[in-house]
Amino acid sequence: MKLLLALLVGGLFAAGIYLIVRRSIVKLIMGLILLSHGANLLIFASGGLVRAQAPLVEAGALAPETPHADPVPQALILTAIVIGFGVVAFMMVLVSRAYMAVGTDDTDEFTGTDH
Amino acid sequence: MSALPILPVLIPLGTACLGMLGHRSLRAQQTVSVAGAVALLVVAVGLVARTATGEILTMDAGGWSAPFGITFVADAFGAIMVLLAAVTGLAVVVYSVASVDLPRKRFLYYPLTHVLLAGVCGAFLTGDIFNLYVCFEILLLSSFVLLSLGSERGQLEGAIKYVTLNLISSAIFLSASGLLYGTLGTLNMAHLSVRAAEAVAEGRGHVVTVVAMLFMVSFGIKAAVFPLFFWLPASYHTPPFAVSALFAGLLTKVGVYAIVRVFTLIFVHDTGYTHTILLWVAALTMVSGVLGAAAQTEFRRVLSFHIISQIGYMILGVALLTPLAVAGTVFYIVHHIVVKANLFLVAGVAHRIRGTSDLGRAGRVGVYASAPLVAILFMIPAMSLAGVPPLSGFWAKLILIRAALDERAYVYVAVALLVGIMTLFSMTKIWAEAFWKSPEVKEGESPAKADRTPMGMLAPIAVLAGITVAIGLAAQPVFEFSVLAAGQLLNPEVYVGAALGEAFVTPAQGGVEP
Repeated sequence: MKLLLALLVGGLFAAGIYLIVRRSIVKLIMGLILLSHGANLLIFASGGLVRAQAPLVEAGALAPETPHADPVPQALILTAIVIGFGVVAFMMVLVSRAYMAVGTDDTDEFTGTDH
Repeated sequence: MSALPILPVLIPLGTACLGMLGHRSLRAQQTVSVAGAVALLVVAVGLVARTATGEILTMDAGGWSAPFGITFVADAFGAIMVLLAAVTGLAVVVYSVASVDLPRKRFLYYPLTHVLLAGVCGAFLTGDIFNLYVCFEILLLSSFVLLSLGSERGQLEGAIKYVTLNLISSAIFLSASGLLYGTLGTLNMAHLSVRAAEAVAEGRGHVVTVVAMLFMVSFGIKAAVFPLFFWLPASYHTPPFAVSALFAGLLTKVGVYAIVRVFTLIFVHDTGYTHTILLWVAALTMVSGVLGAAAQTEFRRVLSFHIISQIGYMILGVALLTPLAVAGTVFYIVHHIVVKANLFLVAGVAHRIRGTSDLGRAGRVGVYASAPLVAILFMIPAMSLAGVPPLSGFWAKLILIRAALDERAYVYVAVALLVGIMTLFSMTKIWAEAFWKSPEVKEGESPAKADRTPMGMLAPIAVLAGITVAIGLAAQPVFEFSVLAAGQLLNPEVYVGAALGEAFVTPAQGGVEP
């Protein structure tokens, strides 16, 4: 499972970066989405993969029964997903406005202020 | 425990909320916005006054004690950064009232500015690495909107590059935080410092170094260091001048702050590797920034490249990692934020008078001929940036070069001095082309008159110029404060003791004697 996740994370990062370096701004968004998914899964994997139960403390007990899953990485991922969602939503609007202003989705044409 | 360390985050957030509630009335928004910026400045001054005694203030959010909850920590370095953010924020908000156009103001320009300030102050004060990520995202999202607000073609092109590079940086930051948690089992920065030292003692130092490099790349993109700076000159010259000034003053410095924080508090076990890379990065950043500037002919693009070269000086201090060098970094940041924001504000006034920001073209009127005061107000920060005594830039460079001499890093001394001369060259180029030259006047015609510059635009520039002169003439208190901040940065056990309690301070932690 660990190996599978590692390959998946690596694949997502590779695909994300490949899409980002393409010239199309639509593929740019796709690439950024894949990149953030890769980062989320990486947090999940690095938090440790165990066959365990939810970290709930029984009434009267002081600690959850072991083995239990670490809730912190899951909280981090939840936060990151929400932030990533907002960012992607903004990015889509930005890209569509940029497409209207420049008239092409080719990033090589986005050089109006460079000279 | 007091609420003081969290107020610099709450005040701008509250101001932004009030501004959004009153979005129908521009006058109400402006009043609330200026009042909020003044309140932030007052709190920031209080914070600096409290930390100037060497005290480190902490606040556990929600009453959850560290390292389990999120802790806000205000040490001397964090406090002075908040003060600089507050000064820049107030100057930019006042400048915006007279300079930003109505449609942008109607589209919640002021609330966005305050959300940005909240993110920046949060980044300076948080004691939790994941909370730092969240603060980065807050300031990034508001900066995305501020950058693209107005939807001019140039802005959108710049915004695409800016957003993409910063999102890649965020993804790396997020991955690095996850790996750090997986390796060390905590997110509290003080606790990370303790755990990293333990991990190195157990022989797991190489894993920590790998994570350190991920952080270096991520913060390096945000700080615009060589070779990761290309988003900056592609975007900073496109939004309104007030927005440029806010970005130029604060955003890259948040990246520098993060580098200084993690590479003095957490990743200090393998300085032969990590800090040598930083040293190289510093020199290359200085050189590539200043050479890039020499090739530019647009006012704000020249200034943008100079942000990059100045970032090199700040990184040089933290790379040398001696008490004097780190004090030099703190001093340099203080000087740089004030001066850089000011130069972008002056660029706005010059654009207004000349009708163009192109240095190659003759403007409508010569700035020096029609508005000599504006020209002088440019000269002060420009000379300060180049390091001409007795302005603040001279002392900032002097401290860093002295620290490099003490370490026998003569190559870096030479680079720093040469880059200073090249900066002077760029500034005189701007002076000659944009301020000194007047368009030719045909016989029989009277020269064109410049519009009067509104007081709302001149006052912030004059105050910021006054600050750089004041720091230059009375450098000692600022230097003493920088030394105090550097002492705290180089002795992580001080920070750890304040944030977690003395029980966590272990002998495994190496501190550098001040």
